[in-house]
Amino acid sequence: MNAAFPLMGNSGASSSAATSKSRLAAEGSTTSATGAGKLRMKVTNVNFYYGKNHALHSVSLDVATNRVTALIGPSGCGKSTLLRTLNRMHETLRHTRLEGEISLDGVDILTLDVTKLRRMVGMVFQKPNPFPKSIFENVAYGLRINGHKGRLDEAVEKSLRRAALWDEVKDKLQKSAYALSGGQQQRLCIARALAVDPEVLLLDEPCSALDPVNTAKIEELLFELKPSCTLVIVTHNMQQAARVSDSTAFMLNGELIEFSPTGQMFTTPSDPRTEAYITGRFG
Amino acid sequence: MSARLIWRKALNVTMLSLTGLCALLTVSALFFILGYLMWNGGKDLSWNFFTRLPAPVGEIGGGMANAILGTLKLMVLAALIGVPIGLLGGVYLAEFGGRTVPFLVRYTADLLNGVPSIIIGIFAYALVVMPMHHFSTLAGGFALGIMVIPTVLRNTESFLRGVPSSLREGSFALGANKWRMVATVVLPAASRGILTGVLLALARVAGETAPLLFTAFGNRYWSPGWMQPTSSLPVIIYTYATGPYEDWHQQAWAAGLVLLGLVLVTNILVRAFLTRGTSFERS
Repeated sequence: MNAAFPLMGNSGASSSAATSKSRLAAEGSTTSATGAGKLRMKVTNVNFYYGKNHALHSVSLDVATNRVTALIGPSGCGKSTLLRTLNRMHETLRHTRLEGEISLDGVDILTLDVTKLRRMVGMVFQKPNPFPKSIFENVAYGLRINGHKGRLDEAVEKSLRRAALWDEVKDKLQKSAYALSGGQQQRLCIARALAVDPEVLLLDEPCSALDPVNTAKIEELLFELKPSCTLVIVTHNMQQAARVSDSTAFMLNGELIEFSPTGQMFTTPSDPRTEAYITGRFG
Repeated sequence: MSARLIWRKALNVTMLSLTGLCALLTVSALFFILGYLMWNGGKDLSWNFFTRLPAPVGEIGGGMANAILGTLKLMVLAALIGVPIGLLGGVYLAEFGGRTVPFLVRYTADLLNGVPSIIIGIFAYALVVMPMHHFSTLAGGFALGIMVIPTVLRNTESFLRGVPSSLREGSFALGANKWRMVATVVLPAASRGILTGVLLALARVAGETAPLLFTAFGNRYWSPGWMQPTSSLPVIIYTYATGPYEDWHQQAWAAGLVLLGLVLVTNILVRAFLTRGTSFERS
């Protein structure tokens, strides 16, 4: 089965990534990078159930450090479900069950305190969901609840700069977050997630509610974040996966069909179902 | 025109006028009461009415300062007793409960809401007045506080449920635990609606007479502290209106006007300032 997953061969690197948050230089090409990265997260043989509904079937996936991993597939294929298991967001829903192992830097995430895990593995949602608070308080939220020591305003500015939003909001930090446009709100949510300095950022169709201009801004942002953060993005948009990701996983009916470097996936897919999907024959 | 069409048109016009008439009657009931109270009670309102104690029988003048203050003190007590219980209970129902317990609590709260106010008065009499061996502001406030609980509880629950779940997820994803999430995101987002409900519930019980008759009782004089019987607007209206003296009747009209004014002003202010839009974006 490993033959279908070119990244599997590198799983031995995961232990060395356990302590150091090594920043690999982002390589220009989106394809050549995938084979070389260390592992930040490793999903092994995960089965997931919503009540009796078997949503993920023995999924295994390696998430390379400082790379963008894209999850694609038709609606209901389980890609969002898989994403949400990575920071145990599924636990907020009742009657869910997870089997298998997911590790972050070599540590089983089920053994971690969920609060700590979610600080290390942040999440951005499909629809911008800023809190009904000021722009400043939105970014400061994660810092406050995690007992941040030090100057809040500096940390907030840093996060807003990382999310490429600082110049647009620096004069109105005390204004309500709802005064921002949809695209700005989504970047605010990214800034909010970045404020606690996560190692991994999960993005669940972050651009599906945005226009092309704002989508381009977010995609550019993902590229800038890569040297300092590991990114996993769920997207409906195959062009987006091709543009932003280093490796792509194609899912269908709760199974991971193919996981390859993005360039390879979109030029020479090894599974006929992948080919059928990316050439638009279904989905 | 066929007979059938004429019949249908006539029926339409009749029903339309009937519903319009009933709507008009509803509205005019309030204005009739208000106008009648102003006509009868307005001329007795003076500065003295708000600052003086009731005059002895036979003397002209005097006021109801002790009853006005008494009602305000009863409201404060009712809020102190009823609001925390109703509020936290509502939070439990909306955020923490499973299925069976909330159903029972909700059902019980609705039943409590339907308990005749005089029964609540007897309850407070048995629980507070009997052990203390005398009537008191405390006993009256206790009775009114119990009446506030179900309204605040159900109102809090419904406003908390109105907060979009995306905000809850946003908070969880930053590492908040459940109570943190509720306290920092959901409660602030619903705060306006909750406050509106609290004030309307208090305004509602401000006019309750029956539960005060044998708890707060009544008092011709000031009622220092919380352990003495106290005068209150509804009870003094009852006493004066059923008394044998013409100037008492006049005073009762004036007191009625003050009580209605208090309730109406609260209602109008609350609706004008607190319910103007929600503090979160509706999807």
